[in-house]
Amino acid sequence: METIFALLIGLIFSAALYLMMSNKLVRVLLGIAILGNAVNLLIFSAGRLTREVPPVIPVDSYIPLEVTANPLPQALILTAIVISFSFFAFFLVLGYRAFQDLGTDDVVEMRIAEPKGEAEPPLGY
Amino acid sequence: MPLTGVEATFWAMLAPFVAAALGPVLTQRLKHNAAWVLAVFPALIFLHFLTLVPGVSSGEVYTAALEWVPTYGVTFSIYLDGLSTLFALLISGIGTFIILYAGGYLKGHPQQGRFFSFLFLFMGAMLGVVLANNLITLFIFWELTSITSFLLIGFDHLRAASRRSAIQALVVTGAGGMALLAGFLLIGLASGSMEMNEILTSGDVLRDSPLYVAIFTLIALGAFTKSAQFPFHFWLPNAMEAPTPVSAYLHSATMVKAGVYLLMRMNPVLGDTALWTTVLPIFGGITLIVGAVLGARQKDLKLMLAYTTVASLGLLVMLTGTSAELAIKGAVLYLFGHSLFKGALFMVAGTIDHEAGTRDVTKLGGLRQAMPITFAAACLAALSMAGLPPFIGFIAKEMLYDGAWQVLGFGPGWALIALVGNALMFALAGAVALKPFIGPKVETPKHAHEGPVLLYAGPVFLSVTGLLAGVFAAFTGDLFINPMISAVTGESYTYGLYLIPKHINAALFLSLITIALGSFLFTKLDLIRAQVDKLVKAIGWGPDKGFDQLITLVVKFATLVTRTVQTGSMVSYVRATFIVLAVFLYVPMFATGTFPTFSAIQNLTFYEWTFVIIAVIGLGAVLFAVNRLIAIVSLGILGFAVAIIYLLYGAPDLSFTQFMVETLSVVILALVMTKLDLQPRDFRLVKDRVFDGVLATIVGFGLAFLLISIVELPFNASLSEFYAQYSRVIAHGRNIVNVIIVDFRGLDTLGEITVVLVTGLAILALIRVRPKGEKAEPLVAPEPVRNEEGA
Amino acid sequence: MNTVIFRTIAPYLSALMILFSIFVLLRGHNEPGGGFIGGLIAVSAFAIYGIACGVAAVRRAITFHPLSIAAAGLVLSALSVMPSIFLAQPAMTSQWLQIHVFGTPVDLSTPMFFDIGVYLVVVGAITSIALALEEREQK
Repeated sequence: METIFALLIGLIFSAALYLMMSNKLVRVLLGIAILGNAVNLLIFSAGRLTREVPPVIPVDSYIPLEVTANPLPQALILTAIVISFSFFAFFLVLGYRAFQDLGTDDVVEMRIAEPKGEAEPPLGY
Repeated sequence: MPLTGVEATFWAMLAPFVAAALGPVLTQRLKHNAAWVLAVFPALIFLHFLTLVPGVSSGEVYTAALEWVPTYGVTFSIYLDGLSTLFALLISGIGTFIILYAGGYLKGHPQQGRFFSFLFLFMGAMLGVVLANNLITLFIFWELTSITSFLLIGFDHLRAASRRSAIQALVVTGAGGMALLAGFLLIGLASGSMEMNEILTSGDVLRDSPLYVAIFTLIALGAFTKSAQFPFHFWLPNAMEAPTPVSAYLHSATMVKAGVYLLMRMNPVLGDTALWTTVLPIFGGITLIVGAVLGARQKDLKLMLAYTTVASLGLLVMLTGTSAELAIKGAVLYLFGHSLFKGALFMVAGTIDHEAGTRDVTKLGGLRQAMPITFAAACLAALSMAGLPPFIGFIAKEMLYDGAWQVLGFGPGWALIALVGNALMFALAGAVALKPFIGPKVETPKHAHEGPVLLYAGPVFLSVTGLLAGVFAAFTGDLFINPMISAVTGESYTYGLYLIPKHINAALFLSLITIALGSFLFTKLDLIRAQVDKLVKAIGWGPDKGFDQLITLVVKFATLVTRTVQTGSMVSYVRATFIVLAVFLYVPMFATGTFPTFSAIQNLTFYEWTFVIIAVIGLGAVLFAVNRLIAIVSLGILGFAVAIIYLLYGAPDLSFTQFMVETLSVVILALVMTKLDLQPRDFRLVKDRVFDGVLATIVGFGLAFLLISIVELPFNASLSEFYAQYSRVIAHGRNIVNVIIVDFRGLDTLGEITVVLVTGLAILALIRVRPKGEKAEPLVAPEPVRNEEGA
Repeated sequence: MNTVIFRTIAPYLSALMILFSIFVLLRGHNEPGGGFIGGLIAVSAFAIYGIACGVAAVRRAITFHPLSIAAAGLVLSALSVMPSIFLAQPAMTSQWLQIHVFGTPVDLSTPMFFDIGVYLVVVGAITSIALALEEREQK
């Protein structure tokens, strides 16, 4: 199972990276959103996959009675999902504001921080 | 911690930092009179170390430790013997008068409080250097002196010259500090200990170590840069850009002596080898002559003093480098005397500058009537510097001639070098202390008169101490000098110290020659100045210019690198990142020949396949979407497919979270996208498309192979099993995932929700920032409007 | 989207979802659920209410500024770390207290308050984002 999922994850990563190398903001954003999914699935599969049994202890027992899914990656991913969502929202708004203020959605044309033909730095003290 | 005894030293080390915090506050209230209150701190520190003197002089070596990070065995320990005690006394004693002097010198300066603060920080750092037992602690304080001296030298930061000097001092001493750290680590490696008290009793371990040459070179580099030895001497005269209290403190008694301290400290374990007794005297000798000759060229009082300090440091290094008892006795005495008279003379030079408005020796004269007290102090200090009886300087000079004459390997050669250097310093002492005061009165920019008590207290006290220390030589020797000699040589030294030489020897004749030659040079000083000036101009290039060239080179190189690496195109940054990622993924795979074997292929059930295929379809739809809506919806499809996959593999919590997040993502994407006329399609060139596609596939499947390799390794489930076993037993929760989040790993979650909150804040701030010209929205939410039903 | 049906049903739907989110939050320790999921459900409820009846209505309904809610949540989570310190145990050691309400045992615990804090942070922060974006939309 993990092998097939590994290939699926490879596919998702490839798509995400391809989108992130775009020069259009929207594509980069979509790429970041997909990347989050890919990373979460990667962590999930690395903790081994177990079908259908959630890591919940039965009411009448103190320890799990059968083999359950690995709870640790789940706990990691649960918070990761919420955080990657917050970041996605942040990037989205950042891109939106950049578009409003700079009037372009082409990342190659956004050169406020690194303008072309910058002067030499001062050599004195 | 007790308030007296060795343990109280920790309080003494803390006190300067407390004073540094109090400085600005007190100065705001009391103006320059805050100096009187602040001087109590170093005075108390001085008294504390004075109470330890009887113990130290009877041969006691104190160590004390505070636990710092007990789990790692890191302690904050101090080491107190004759060497560190005398240094601590000089630092705190002279420091007391420097604080008073700074109160008078910078009277009315708007940043006087800050100045006090810097001075105290430096004092604390310097005390740390001489008291530290652990080498790393010593290094940290050593660097702290570099940083605080940067702040002090660059105090007048509005002038470019001041900034340049500050940067120069920082770069030179900081680079030396790096060498020192490396040296300390090697010492730790070779001796197996980082604690001074253990290293100093390790005998020949370091000398016999194969690392000895490296250790020696690195330690010497650290000491030479700090103590301004040739060819690193140039920063010290340049540091005269600092206000005079700084010069009087840092460049006479404390910071520049740190290098000498280090050499003296290491002498018992690193000294007395062919390398040590050759390299140190040679560099010391060169520095002595270069400093004295260049000093003769100067007209500025402070610069003359600075160059004689360079010369004196050279002398100290030369003598320490002999590792011979008599020479070290000379060095210790000279170090003690030099701190007293040089501190006093710097303060005198500052007072003259302050009251007469110039430091140019050719424009000064006849001030003796206007400034009698300063004149008296200057005379006493200069006589000590010139090496005349009955001052401590005289005894020091006798001893160092004695040492240089009798024990140095090259016979009288070193004594001759010392003679020339001393004669020049004799002449310069006359020029600094006598020239401004004697002769006919010269018109000065300011109408000169005696300074306030804050300004003359320091010079008077220090020069009188120099006199008393000489007159009561036996007392000085027993209490302060002999313990320090014992510490430096590593063997107990108890011979008495006498003002009157016991027998006529070569040293006395050398002294007489020095006085004769020095007096002669004093009368010809103008001629010498012109000649040296001509010589220096003829050479044209010096380490000082070299420093500027080096800095220019560094800036140009940095610019070149930045321009090459930072092209300003985000696409190329992203590509570069991915290429590096690909290298890290594949190189180990090919280097070790471990490829994934695909051995563990198990089949999926048909419904699992269904959702895998839906995910792939969603992915493809995002990639090839022709408009925004399709892209957004396809992203949702992919997300929901992933959510279902989580559900199928026993992760209902993840599944629900993913569902909610995908829903909200689609909502906010739609909210933003509908307002923007954004192109969902990019128009890449075909070759770019191929390149990006290939690179993305390589990295993507590289990660897939990495995952397959991970899965093929045996699984260590001990952590997960721990959580499963104890979730209900000790955390009373049946949902293990939730228990991990809120209990076992609660601290992580606390951090994560903080991130979520901060992102919320950041987004709100971003939305509120208006394009230019628009007015900002009010930060408070609008007043709730009650509708009719509610009223 | 401003159909009459949607506008009529949205407040009830939202109220129901918020009730459900609290249920999910409180059962989280023993069954699937918890602060993160509950919080996200509540955000969805506010988002729906906002789309249907406008942002001003949502702001009125929740009384406080969403970020204040988030901050209060963070403070609650941070405080729930403390009690064990006063009992001379390492910080974050969970404390449990069982009380009886009308004969039904109810477990009160520091992890529960921690989880409620998580819930409030998620609700506050993400609602704030969603409302801010919707506000721009409606202008």
